[in-house]
Amino acid sequence: MSGTITIDGKTVPFTGGQTIMDAALEAGVYIPHLCHNPEFKPHGSCKLCVVEANGRNVTSCTMPASPDMVVINDTPELNEDRKALVQMLFVEGNHICPACEATGNCQLQAAGYYLHMQSPRFMHFYPPRRVDASHPDIFLDLNRCILCELCVRASRDIDKKNVFGISGRGIDSHLVVNSESGKLGDTNMTVTDKAAHVCPTGAILIKRKGYTMPIGKRTFDQKTLREFHLEQQKRVEPKDGPDGG
Amino acid sequence: MADEKRKIRIATCSLAGCFGCHTSMLDIDERLFDLLKMVEFDRTPFTDIKHCGPCDIGIVEGGVSNAENARVLREFRENCKVLVAIGPCAITGNVPALRNNIDLWDCFQEVYLYDPGTEGKQIPNDSELPLPFDKVYPIYEVVKVDYFLHGCPPPAEAIWKFLTDLIQGKEPEIDYELLRYD
Repeated sequence: MSGTITIDGKTVPFTGGQTIMDAALEAGVYIPHLCHNPEFKPHGSCKLCVVEANGRNVTSCTMPASPDMVVINDTPELNEDRKALVQMLFVEGNHICPACEATGNCQLQAAGYYLHMQSPRFMHFYPPRRVDASHPDIFLDLNRCILCELCVRASRDIDKKNVFGISGRGIDSHLVVNSESGKLGDTNMTVTDKAAHVCPTGAILIKRKGYTMPIGKRTFDQKTLREFHLEQQKRVEPKDGPDGG
Repeated sequence: MADEKRKIRIATCSLAGCFGCHTSMLDIDERLFDLLKMVEFDRTPFTDIKHCGPCDIGIVEGGVSNAENARVLREFRENCKVLVAIGPCAITGNVPALRNNIDLWDCFQEVYLYDPGTEGKQIPNDSELPLPFDKVYPIYEVVKVDYFLHGCPPPAEAIWKFLTDLIQGKEPEIDYELLRYD
């Protein structure tokens, strides 16, 4: 099945199996997102990419595109909802930007900038969360985890190591490490693993690499989250290039 | 000679912060002279006035870490028509709030008793010292806050833009380039 959909009035083509997000990114139409990464199977947990499709609110990263679907994306109402979601993510963890090595390269922070988040709006949780420095090359700081599962997906689907998982329910959901001790140092994860490089925040950090980029040269000093995500898409394409993909 | 236009009155203070935001305020450099044509300062570290009188704008740096911080913050809220949280300590608690997951007594013992470099080894207990709170709170969790100005510290450009907008009675607008949480 293929055809076209419209996103905010713009006609966007899609091919069989593509989601609204796939079609949008391929056409250079930006739908804000955090847990989606075109290299991995969609997860649909952050809800930033919720759009109105044929009158219903759906996560665009998991919703298959269908012929003549009418999608509404870039509206003040939806962007306010997205901002509220980012505000919730900020107060739910311990995101201390000035003291974080990921600052300037963090997608959660960049989502705040993109959606013009000016206030925390909600009360801070200050949840007690664990820091795991047991691995010789990788830090795991759960204070900054937003449960996007990108590391879970990367470790399971690309690295074939299954190092990470999510445990618990609701507000008690948390990232766990698949080793008897629960420590990252007791897994076979290495610094070259895909899972070590997909965290959108500063929850997974490579040791001895902090603050190497001066202020002004960091990713989101130079581009918006929109530009970053559209470039990320270009790096993944073309799926059906000369090599057949 | 009468009817001289009343100047906007501004008060500032630093609670559980590092005075970095105040330093950044001074970084507007020679524009301080332009600012002083439009405003006069009430309580602020720049004037050394100890209590806040009726003001148009109150600018608060730092979070609420102890009873004295809470008292000063309430005084600001009662006296200022518009209250601004400046910098991440006032907005999120920031670095001082790193202690929020450590028991206060454990924290005191670590700093004043166990640290190998400590001399005297006693926990300060002078009645002059304000009582610390169990946690460090962002100021909007204690009083109503009207505006938030991000940046650790906010760049002088952002402070200038923000203040001049406010003084002119406009809704302050901070551009993408000047909105930074670090």
